[in-house]
Amino acid sequence: MVASEFGEPACLLDLLKEPVLDVQEFVVLAGRAFRNIFRKPHYFDDVILQMDRIGVGSLIVVALVGLFSGIVMALQMSRALSQYGEVEKTGTLVAITLARELGPVLTAIMMAGRNSSGIASELGSMKVTEQIDAMRALGTDPIQKLVTPRLLATCFMLPLLTIIADFVGLFGGWVISVAKLHLGSRLYWNSAWQALEWNDVAQGGLIKPLVFAVVVSLIGCFYGLRTTGGTQGVGRSTTQAMVAATIMIFITDAMITEFFVSQGTS
Amino acid sequence: MAEAGAPSVLRFENVSVSFDGEAVLTDVSFEAFEGESRVILGAAGSGKTVLLKTALGLIRPDSGRVLVFGQDLSKMREAQLFDIRSRIGMLFQESALFDSLNIAENVAYPLLNQKSIRCPKSEVQGRVEEALDFVELGGTLDKFPSELSGGMRRRAAIARAVVTAPPLVLYDSPSAGLDPITAHTIMALLIKERDMAQTTTILVTYRYQDGNLMANFRYNSKQGRLEPARHWDGPLPRTTFMVLREGRLIFEGNQDRLESTADDYISKFCKRRE
Repeated sequence: MVASEFGEPACLLDLLKEPVLDVQEFVVLAGRAFRNIFRKPHYFDDVILQMDRIGVGSLIVVALVGLFSGIVMALQMSRALSQYGEVEKTGTLVAITLARELGPVLTAIMMAGRNSSGIASELGSMKVTEQIDAMRALGTDPIQKLVTPRLLATCFMLPLLTIIADFVGLFGGWVISVAKLHLGSRLYWNSAWQALEWNDVAQGGLIKPLVFAVVVSLIGCFYGLRTTGGTQGVGRSTTQAMVAATIMIFITDAMITEFFVSQGTS
Repeated sequence: MAEAGAPSVLRFENVSVSFDGEAVLTDVSFEAFEGESRVILGAAGSGKTVLLKTALGLIRPDSGRVLVFGQDLSKMREAQLFDIRSRIGMLFQESALFDSLNIAENVAYPLLNQKSIRCPKSEVQGRVEEALDFVELGGTLDKFPSELSGGMRRRAAIARAVVTAPPLVLYDSPSAGLDPITAHTIMALLIKERDMAQTTTILVTYRYQDGNLMANFRYNSKQGRLEPARHWDGPLPRTTFMVLREGRLIFEGNQDRLESTADDYISKFCKRRE
């Protein structure tokens, strides 16, 4: 009788136990990864290698996404603005939308698709083939050697990629403005430039990309390092990392935007 | 069971390990002494690999103590364990060579990363070449693990395990998945390492032939090959057999006792002596 009376809450607690433990494990991993930034040994070679893989390797994809989002934004916004006879404000809207939201979010999503999953599959393969254990056996902390360099490299590269995506997006908007909307180049660039404030640059070019970089790199590492179950497990971790990173990008984006809006600066 | 005067190298005291509530090792106790060879037999899933990883401090026991060179691993932090691990060589079951490094870099890894080894950088190349020559892989320095066969990868992993000349070497199923000729070559290398470097050896395997070779053969350095131990006049390393079944240690003793046992499970590993 007692068991049945308390069975339901106990079952609910069991359901909650796993996600709570996952969050705890993630926080511990993040804490150790950040702490290792200030601890020796430092694996600078690995940071440079990861910057090349994560940053330079993503450049073309990010530029393409930026270009086409700029083009689409210009097309859609000009259509809406034409109803109010304000087509010349196309540059303003493209600049604000790209700098505040689309630039950082789309770049981070591309990074989640390319790098969270890549990191998870690389570390997951190392885990199931005992290379992580071998690393520990041979005197290396896997978090120091594998996680911290990826975290640092993503934090360096994601803001840079976001700025590149923003500029290429603005370029895409300019192409449409000049070729299709027949606006002057000077008008487009002036309205785009004047629309941007330092706050937009800080929010969309630095704060959001940095937070997204932490999300993208640490979620990839987290799922990679807890991989079990052979090659099937690697596939599972890869998918989970990408999905979780994408969802977390949107959640953190909403939180940061809400913060800036409530401060009256957005 | 203590060897006369030989210090204890590895000691398990009532060690239990479980994963997600499922017992993997239950109340395991044994002690290995300097210069001794231990052959741990058991079927797949009997806890052999977990036992080795616990001995290396990669897995912490739920209860009991693990003492390596007299130091209790269960109370140490990960950073403190690195010093102990630098005195232990480990061959992992699937070799566990780093895919992104070539063979020379893999073998050099413990020399460059284990703080307590303190190998001058100028000596690293020489020691790597020496270790690879030992396993007869001298020409593979620039190759990557994916370019080598399974047996060659295993040999490269042995070179990485012994390049720091550790006094204790753990081998996890070194002959698993290899053809008989390659498996014999690998076992010959293990015996060569044991006899030339006088190491304490813990060998985990499901193949009784491996234990038989370990117990009854020695490496003749003059002739460069294995020979039956009965042809040798000098002192021989003692070989103790252990059998694990579902995480429990069900047998510990020498080969004669192992072959005389009436236990059905143990008899599946070795030919019962009538």
